[in-house]
Amino acid sequence: MSFINYASREINCKIVYYGPGLCGKTTNLQFIYNKTAQEAKGKMISLATETERTLFFDFLPLALGEIRGFKTRFHLYTVPGQVFYDASRKLILKGVDGVVFVADSQEERLDANIESLENLKDNLEEQGYQLEKLPFIIQYNKRDLPNCTPVEELRKLLNPEGVPDLEACATSGEGIFETLKMVAKLVLIDLKKGG
Amino acid sequence: MLGPQSSLVMYDEEYKRIMVLIEKLIRESNSKVIFLVDKNGQLIAATGETEHLDTTSLASLTAGNIAATGGLAKLIGEKEFSILFHEGEKDNIHISIIGGRVILVVIFDERSSLGLVRLRVKKASKELEVVFDDLARKSESHAESPGVDSPFAEITDDDIDNLFN
Repeated sequence: MSFINYASREINCKIVYYGPGLCGKTTNLQFIYNKTAQEAKGKMISLATETERTLFFDFLPLALGEIRGFKTRFHLYTVPGQVFYDASRKLILKGVDGVVFVADSQEERLDANIESLENLKDNLEEQGYQLEKLPFIIQYNKRDLPNCTPVEELRKLLNPEGVPDLEACATSGEGIFETLKMVAKLVLIDLKKGG
Repeated sequence: MLGPQSSLVMYDEEYKRIMVLIEKLIRESNSKVIFLVDKNGQLIAATGETEHLDTTSLASLTAGNIAATGGLAKLIGEKEFSILFHEGEKDNIHISIIGGRVILVVIFDERSSLGLVRLRVKKASKELEVVFDDLARKSESHAESPGVDSPFAEITDDDIDNLFN
């Protein structure tokens, strides 16, 4: 749910990174934060446990530039991935404009991915959204690891609808900005349609 | 009030009315900073000593705070907790919900008191609610004729691509 402010000529959109525990959602945001020019970013907030597991959310505000005289701002959020933080996860989805599902490509995390994706659909429905109607993309993360499930197989299991998807490695940064760009574009196109 | 999925739109006229109201509130309550946040974490308006404050982060955390306490409320069978108060050594934060959707945050120090802030907030909330109701009606009537005055109806793929160059 974007916020269009005619008074300050700004448009704000909310993008949520979703996925199973330790799939690299926070790493995605950290990479974006580290590689973005100072003037284009705000402070990154991480509400995490002492062991650096996300407890509530990470938050990163980005200013991308202007479209037709309107400053375009994206607020990036991650959810806590661990199963038992479901109550918090639901809250972060409020008012979401676009979702990135970060899948962990490792073979042993296949079930966790499927479970998390189902959880995303359930939680969105609870808030009155339908995943099919939202700007939504899938990122196959950790492609650098040796025990990866082939992308074709991941696609079959996680992306039967054929939403835009791409491969990434959040630690090296491969595919990270491409992911952001892909989802931001979908959100803006949605906005154009009056969504 | 606006539905959960409709965009929040702010127009010049309502923005000015809101600024007048919160500037009055900051004077009458003797507080330092006042800001209004959408429940989704978007900053709507701010006034007072904001120059050293990271208002974007404050807005996002306030919304997270309200969402978390709202979750707590539901667990014990309450609809929501409409007022939150955080007491610090010097500064205090008073958070309240206006019309079910917008969050009013008042930061104050020893120059004011919780009682005064509560009193003034109560009065200002009613006035702010009227403005947000007007805003909701205006957005609705605009939404019925989509694209008429939306600056985004005519954006092109090139406009979007340019953002990332």
